[in-house]
Amino acid sequence: MSILVRDATRRFGDFTALDDVSVEIPSGSLTALLGPSGSGKSTLLRVIAGLERPDAGSVEIDGRDATALPPQRRGVGFVFQHYAAFKHMTVRENIAFGLRVARRPKAEIRARVDELLALVQLPGLADRYPAQLSGGQRQRMALARSLAVQPSVLLLDEPFGALDARVRKELRAWLRHLHDEVHVTTVFVTHDQEEAMDVADRIVVMHHGRIEQVGGPRDLYEHPANAFVMGFVGPVTRLGELFVRPHDLQVRLEPNGTTSEAMVERLVHLGFEVRAELVLHDGQRVQAQLSREEAEELELARGQIVFVRPSRTRRFAEAPTV
Amino acid sequence: MPNRASRLSLRFLALGYLAAILLVPVGAVIWRAFGDGMAPVWQAVTAPDALRAFWLTLLIAAIAVPLNTLFGIACAVVLVRQRFPGRRLLDTVIDLPFAISPVVIGLALILVYGQAGWLGSWLAERGIQVIFSLPGMVLATVFVSLPYVVREVAPVLREVGTDQEEAAWTLGASPLRAFLQVTLPAIRWGVAYGVVLTTARALGEFGAVTIVSGRLAGQTETLTLYVENRFEAFDLTGAYAASLTLAVLALLVLLAMTRLRKEGR
Repeated sequence: MSILVRDATRRFGDFTALDDVSVEIPSGSLTALLGPSGSGKSTLLRVIAGLERPDAGSVEIDGRDATALPPQRRGVGFVFQHYAAFKHMTVRENIAFGLRVARRPKAEIRARVDELLALVQLPGLADRYPAQLSGGQRQRMALARSLAVQPSVLLLDEPFGALDARVRKELRAWLRHLHDEVHVTTVFVTHDQEEAMDVADRIVVMHHGRIEQVGGPRDLYEHPANAFVMGFVGPVTRLGELFVRPHDLQVRLEPNGTTSEAMVERLVHLGFEVRAELVLHDGQRVQAQLSREEAEELELARGQIVFVRPSRTRRFAEAPTV
Repeated sequence: MPNRASRLSLRFLALGYLAAILLVPVGAVIWRAFGDGMAPVWQAVTAPDALRAFWLTLLIAAIAVPLNTLFGIACAVVLVRQRFPGRRLLDTVIDLPFAISPVVIGLALILVYGQAGWLGSWLAERGIQVIFSLPGMVLATVFVSLPYVVREVAPVLREVGTDQEEAAWTLGASPLRAFLQVTLPAIRWGVAYGVVLTTARALGEFGAVTIVSGRLAGQTETLTLYVENRFEAFDLTGAYAASLTLAVLALLVLLAMTRLRKEGR
């Protein structure tokens, strides 16, 4: 079910969390709201859920104006960063909560909960309490709970933010997989560009309460609309007015007409890649990213003089703000 | 790590203080009550005025405690979750009953609800007598035991946050249902603890109730007032026996509290 937000503004005192934001989330997509903290991404998600009322603007869910609807009647599932587990209820009671509110027959609730327990890979834990589960298990329980009422939209607020790195990676792949199976329109908030690129098929980049760019992961990386997006979705190094991805900076031992001279200040070995930190003759520092083979072939060493030339550059009107 | 001698002397100080201030006097009351054997104690405890005082005390607590529990939870929700001008003032005013002497509270109630008081004369015209009767005593008890539930619930409510309640909303639960089924169970130990403290305070109230009750024997006399009444009438057995009843009630409340503490872990 598609979501359409029009001209949404939300202020908290002097702070403008959302500044006239309009965005469309197509039906069935898996969209990431990506931005640094304070960029308004969580507020936008809460406005869609009805947990936050916009000062101005409107929200449409599935073609229906939902601006005045309370969260109970929007048909949204919401997953919180810190799970929001009902601690005094078992896993089964947690997942059944929405179905009980909707007064579904007992047998149906039982069957649906069993089905969901299997879907989120928690069978056998139905009678445990949330305190007896790991963080990853709790978040999967929370996800099952929100899916139980068959929401038209699934909203997740930094769903993996409280988990350790390994579990986070696991759950990312799992969410992607789940979306392929369940096909519910899904929006998740993250401040981690790698997570957004890994999971989402569409990314909405936010900054200072505004939307900077909307596009696919590759699109954003290859064609960032401005310096902020370029810096936020990947590494960037500056060559005067030009913005360059470190892997687009070619390093050679001989000068030609278009190269600049630089000295190797530091070499960082990161497994299959090598990051060279260079100082240009005017004192400016740039980074180049090479494969291990390239670095070995050039026999790079500290203090060596090399010549660099960007293969792809971008120029933006304003300075980067990251 | 402090040495053995200093640890022992610290322990001795703590326990000795407790014994001198608390245990010895309370123990002495029990000792004296039974000084002449069981029969006189039983007689004193079951004397008509003593029984009336006992039931009146329980009745007042039975009205004041639920009132303060409902108000306390509502007030804690307002204090923790809402931001409005005057919130800090409210936060301070809640503690007023801790700070003001109960006697002053009693006098203040007479000023407002007495025959010549602002509200009192209006109520008297409608045949409602507050001072020197049950309503006034309940009011005084509500006043002095007001902060306990608020102060126990507010920090727990703050810690629980709003995520669980919001999750319940998105699952279709009405705000009332979400509060009753999700938030209330999450703060139940705070509420229970507040109720126990409120009960203990209500049972033991003396100062404010003395002033507003008029101390009509057999009518507006709670257990604490009855104890003083007997004491002044040189009926020591009666005074000690009624004190014993109060001590037993307090002990029951204390036991409830210990149990809650254990389960709340």
